[in-house]
Amino acid sequence: MADIHSVIGTKNKKGQTYTDTWKLMNEAPRTPSFFTGSEVIKEALRRASCDVMIAYPITPQSEAAALIGELFAEGYIGDYFRGESEFAVMSQCAGAAFGGARVFTTTAGPGTMRAMENFPMWSGARLPIQMIVTCRGINSPLSIQPDTLEIAYLLNTGMLVWHAETAQDFFDWILKGYMVSEEPDVHLPLALCCDGFFVTHTKDVVNLTPADMCLPPYDPYRSPVPCMDMECPPVRMMRDPFVMKSNYISYATHASWQQEIWAAVERSRKHSIHWLNGLIDTENTDAEIIIVASGTAVSQGREAIRLLEDEGVRCGLVKVKTLRPWPEEEIREATKNAKHIFVPEFNVTGWLAKEIKATIPNPERVHAGPRVCGGMTMPPEIIVSEIKTALGMKTFSLAGRGS
Amino acid sequence: MSKERIQISEDLYDIMPSDYQDLVKNATYGKEDRGWKDIGTSKELIEQHSLCAGCPESMAFRYILASLPNPEDTVMVGSTGCTSLVFPMVAVHNIHSLFGNQNAIASGLKRALSVRFPGRVKDVVVLAGDGATVDIGLDMTLQAWFRQEKFTTICFDNELYANTGGQESGLMQKGFVAKMAPVGKLFDKVRLPEIARESGCHYVVNCTVSKPSLVEKVIRNAVHIAREIGPTYLQLYTPCILEIGKNSMEGLQEMRDSEKPNERFAYKEYISEPAKQLLAELAAKDKERKAAAKQLAGQASA
Repeated sequence: MADIHSVIGTKNKKGQTYTDTWKLMNEAPRTPSFFTGSEVIKEALRRASCDVMIAYPITPQSEAAALIGELFAEGYIGDYFRGESEFAVMSQCAGAAFGGARVFTTTAGPGTMRAMENFPMWSGARLPIQMIVTCRGINSPLSIQPDTLEIAYLLNTGMLVWHAETAQDFFDWILKGYMVSEEPDVHLPLALCCDGFFVTHTKDVVNLTPADMCLPPYDPYRSPVPCMDMECPPVRMMRDPFVMKSNYISYATHASWQQEIWAAVERSRKHSIHWLNGLIDTENTDAEIIIVASGTAVSQGREAIRLLEDEGVRCGLVKVKTLRPWPEEEIREATKNAKHIFVPEFNVTGWLAKEIKATIPNPERVHAGPRVCGGMTMPPEIIVSEIKTALGMKTFSLAGRGS
Repeated sequence: MSKERIQISEDLYDIMPSDYQDLVKNATYGKEDRGWKDIGTSKELIEQHSLCAGCPESMAFRYILASLPNPEDTVMVGSTGCTSLVFPMVAVHNIHSLFGNQNAIASGLKRALSVRFPGRVKDVVVLAGDGATVDIGLDMTLQAWFRQEKFTTICFDNELYANTGGQESGLMQKGFVAKMAPVGKLFDKVRLPEIARESGCHYVVNCTVSKPSLVEKVIRNAVHIAREIGPTYLQLYTPCILEIGKNSMEGLQEMRDSEKPNERFAYKEYISEPAKQLLAELAAKDKERKAAAKQLAGQASA
């Protein structure tokens, strides 16, 4: 069996040096670069020692998926092709992961929904595939605009689900994500989500690690289930045992298997804390008013806090980085002083607010908003307005409301 | 290629299951001319199965597993259905994931194995029912062929959804009365062998599994051609005796009746030009090997 540590310091066929990931992420020099989110995904993949990437066009991830094709043409990715639909692509990713490859794919909105049957299968089969989700609307009539409703559907698949705020998060978390996903006591797929367009199509300064350093390769023999390559002895048992026997042993097997998936999600907690420096980031949590948000709603919340400061209203901030594992203890602790908790979201149902209400004592403190959807932007002013209204302060009337 | 990778550590030998010890001692891994005649004389790659008594699919499974040219480096991909009741007892790595996605799984798998083991043979063989291959999975079946993915697709055609209790399928004959076809199926049996040829398969065979020697030949051809050239497709009639009202001893006769000239499973094959060339080369090599063996045997006895 291959020992991944033995390759550290050696070079791959592109001349990149396999580097200890902790050193790569925390000690290697960084170069500020002005890139779109899509280009940042490409740059992260250049350093990810990825074996197989499978692509399919859907806005707003098409550019990233095509750029990774360029990396393949340059020789940085083992294999790459365009599948025929997201359902097929996610199954192709599964096949490649069953065969012991480090796998990457990207999707969005309706594509995520079309592929949905695959995701509980991925986690059930313990496949550490990384999937970028550049969230967009899933409603009818057709929309391609930013909207995070699809994340709500991913939360109960048994996948790890992280929500990036910025392109910098994206760059770092793609690389760190494999480290968490591939731990033998985790070995689960990761849905790394961002808000489409806001992150993918805008340019930002991102500090990149050196292009001549890359992650150690994936070692499929650290997997808690056998790699399907006939390199280890075949056993007369497939990965989903007791297919459809109707007896107690069968039910107990399926039940314990599901419990094990969620136990693995829990076990990812310590690794995620290690790599992401905590599951949440906080600012001024001693304030009576706190904004809790994930994704680009965090940036808007931060701006709203600055506007409120100008008016003498003090407001804290909680940035939720991982949705699975869910930072239950952390959020309870960070909101313990808050009298009012505001949860700005880019979706109609307010799934993040619901998760928070189910987590903290006195959930009536949660104001589930403001919420925008269908591609609407969220100017910081509407967060300010929501907060001031709740506090009984006079606020301006928003344009377009007809008052 | 041999049994090298399935050896048991001496210290652990006595605690390994007896069927695994038997596999290491007696399986035909590494035997170049392994085939259906090994059935019953050495450790088989399929153990007990939970199919109905007399199910032709169980025969087909045994013939196929006995005929794989390279089981020690073959990974199989299945789908939901009666086949998924058998695979847990098969001693080659096999994947079941969802219903109908088998050719997508196999595409990713074959590519991953090619990236990880350059220059080494790793065969991928898909084995699924007709619902999985032609109905719910047709898109992925065809797209894998369009892309010229290098693996074999085997369809166990029993002309209905057997595992869910005998519902209409695309490969069912027109007029057959079944669940979900209460007045008889209204359209013709889908002509997948012809579609396979047009979709880029290099070797297509439509037949029954009544003759084990024939199954052995087409499996070996299909796997060799897929390994070297491109996609291959076998459509094998494995009648569901339960759902067509036959007794457990009548499966063989049902297949023999269906393979008569002009019947729907009369033997049909298509071989592309590059595949013909490969088969000729393999036949020549086989002849050489046999001649050499004969000569050696002659020398030994002299």
